[in-house]
Amino acid sequence: MKTTTGRRVFRIHWVPGTDRLHATCHCAAEREFEDPVELWEWLLAHPEGHTP
Amino acid sequence: MSWFPRDQWYVAAYGSEIAHDLFTRTVCGEPILFWRTRDGSVTAMPDRCVHRRFPLSQPPSRLVDDQVVCGYHGFTYDSGGKCVAVPGQARIPRTARLLPYPVVEQDSFVWVFIGDPANADASRIPRAPWLVDPGYTTVCGMEPLGARYGLLVDNLLDLSHETYLHGGYIGTPEVASTPINTSVDEDAGVISVSRRMDDAECPPFYSKSTGLQGRIARWQDIEYMPPCLYTLHSRIAPVGSVPRADGTDPDAFHVEVVYAITPETETSTHDFWAVARDFALGDEEVSAFLAESNRTVVLQDVEALNVLEKVIAAEPEGFQELSINIDTGGLAARRVLGRLCEKS
Repeated sequence: MKTTTGRRVFRIHWVPGTDRLHATCHCAAEREFEDPVELWEWLLAHPEGHTP
Repeated sequence: MSWFPRDQWYVAAYGSEIAHDLFTRTVCGEPILFWRTRDGSVTAMPDRCVHRRFPLSQPPSRLVDDQVVCGYHGFTYDSGGKCVAVPGQARIPRTARLLPYPVVEQDSFVWVFIGDPANADASRIPRAPWLVDPGYTTVCGMEPLGARYGLLVDNLLDLSHETYLHGGYIGTPEVASTPINTSVDEDAGVISVSRRMDDAECPPFYSKSTGLQGRIARWQDIEYMPPCLYTLHSRIAPVGSVPRADGTDPDAFHVEVVYAITPETETSTHDFWAVARDFALGDEEVSAFLAESNRTVVLQDVEALNVLEKVIAAEPEGFQELSINIDTGGLAARRVLGRLCEKS
């Protein structure tokens, strides 16, 4: 798989064994969610509410 | 806001579809005329005569050498869209001109730029090099889809539907039950969705083509480069096998599944599909099996999405949906496409 080389990368990791999604912003802020819609709202609100 | 992203490259055809003959296809609502000139290059211009809008692809319009003659009144255009003859008079009106589309033939596709030609940067066209790589054998096709392109993007970004819609073909229980990881590279413009099944049932699509029996490791790594190109890097290997540290992967079979998702109208889409494999090279029997199997799978999607389009078209705009974890990549794609449309 091609390595993503851009600077601004959002990453969403499905936490193994759970139904939770772990979101990491390109600013290094992290947060867990149960709902991908809420997750995207939080990621896209960067930098609001993003404390690394 | 446009219903599709403008100032973007779209696949209009396979290069093999365009010969020294008139060929037409509508891309993003624009009817486009193509032909391959005597020197082998592909032309692209509006498929409408400037005079009375008669389609230039419509008989008795015809190609004479590298000029198209309108079948209604005889307006004649060269391969650059310049009008070179009009009936009954010597003076050719200054505005008698068809503005050519930027066109690039690459990786077996004919790409056209829909938007301001001044913004057409061919280096932005995403690549699918396997389709012309001698180290791969490719089968391909194109199916008309009677649904908006966004429904096909949703479909391809969430492969958990394989378990249900394509059971017995490419779907097995593990596809829907295996978690995904998603990333969005804002700078590169790539949405990635990865599903790694380390111990999975082998669907007939792969057991019959690779000869692998029993359970397999099955990796699905999607890269979507909005708006048009989608690639699925599929790795099939014996359970426990992983690529070597040097990057080689001799125990695995690799299939590069490529889709070009080209809007035709607001509610119809050209569904280009290609399957490139790095095994059974040149084996006609395997090619025939994979072509037939993949077309069957594509048609299963087409049938489902055609129904879904009718349902959505009958509902009020913004009807409430429910999204869960499997939709993370699809939601990302919608957001990126929405942003591109807003800029259009």
